Amino acid sequence: MNRSSMWEAVSGIVKRDLLLAMRRRSDAAMSVFFLVIVASLFPLGVGPEPAVLRTIGPGVLWVAALLACLLSLSRVFTADYVDGALEQMVLVPQPLAVLVAGKVVAHWLISGLPVVLLSPLLGLQFGLSGDALGVLVLSLLLGTPTLSMIGAIGAALVLGVRGSGLLVALLVLPLYVPVLIFGAGAVTSSMAGIGAEANLSLLGACLVLSLFLAPWATAAALRIALE
Amino acid sequence: MLQAVGLSCRRGERRLFSDLNVKVEPGTLLAVVGENGSGKTSLLRIFSSLLPPEEGSVLWDGQDIHQLKELYAGQLTYLGHLNGIKDDLTPLENLMSATSLAGEPCSNNGAKEALEAIGLKRPIHHLPSKVLSQGQKRRVTLARLWLSTRPLWLLDEPFTSLDAASTGVVTQRLLAHVQRGGLAVLVTHQEVALPAERLQHLRLAG
Repeated sequence: MNRSSMWEAVSGIVKRDLLLAMRRRSDAAMSVFFLVIVASLFPLGVGPEPAVLRTIGPGVLWVAALLACLLSLSRVFTADYVDGALEQMVLVPQPLAVLVAGKVVAHWLISGLPVVLLSPLLGLQFGLSGDALGVLVLSLLLGTPTLSMIGAIGAALVLGVRGSGLLVALLVLPLYVPVLIFGAGAVTSSMAGIGAEANLSLLGACLVLSLFLAPWATAAALRIALE
Repeated sequence: MLQAVGLSCRRGERRLFSDLNVKVEPGTLLAVVGENGSGKTSLLRIFSSLLPPEEGSVLWDGQDIHQLKELYAGQLTYLGHLNGIKDDLTPLENLMSATSLAGEPCSNNGAKEALEAIGLKRPIHHLPSKVLSQGQKRRVTLARLWLSTRPLWLLDEPFTSLDAASTGVVTQRLLAHVQRGGLAVLVTHQEVALPAERLQHLRLAG
């Protein structure tokens, strides 16, 4: 087992998952549309008062991004579990945690990156200024990979359980709270002129921590699911 | 050499087997037979290290497979009763992604030859796998045997939904594997047409 064969296995997994997502574009598009609709409902419901929209904007956009991520979590491992590809993943000469990281990267590219790219457009609906939009993109760029990492643990834990969609939400949403607070806080504080550095650093810390811990936890949960 | 020492397995409340000892020498094939629910698949999953045994251990060349971990995975080709085939990918893509995941990447031509060896003609290689029949999907999975250089093969009912001709082709492939000094453990309900000196049976009572 050397480094190049490990890289080959991981890039193979990422490529396969991206190819599958390309063949099933509707699945990936669903969570993006969900984000757009949720973010658009708030201005319609709350009314066109710019001051109110600007206040609630960062929080609403972050909650919408978080729910969109949650919606796509069930796709991370379920198909592989049902068709037997997961068994093959566990029985490879590479550490399972490394392959899990590959699966999460693919999940983020499919469902996290579109959220980051769309967010400035959605932010305009809430009358966010240019600076605030920049911070919003940056905070989502740091935050959504963390959401995918933590979400993968939940998705692995509920494999093979009935009604797993709701269960994964109950498991994962509390763990999303710090990311939500720091993410929305970054945008709010930049709008208040305090500067977003503190919140963004904390988001970065969350990302690093989840990068180190989540793949191992997910790998352990997958092994239990396959027993 | 693969060796099971004092294995016992319990699924839920039921004890499937206990104190099971068996040895598979290089160049031989172990056919595990028994009724439905007698623990054949569980035994194969224990051999593959997917399932930890309740008691006992599995040794590969004298070392416990749960200590060897990834080193053991590098000796192994496991094909379970699930095919691991993605409906949205073509047979060619399925085969190539499976082999590259297993750490034995193959070329486009190598994959095509393997698919042809098991009787899947070229036009089929580029269809989405969801239009294939059950037997054809099984053959896409089994095509990996033509690309595997691993010494130990663990196969769970490989002949299910195969026609007689394909069964013969797979049996020939198994024979070539054991003649090269490979080992295989097969869960099956059919007779395996191999020479008696290469074949060992294990009957699980259930």
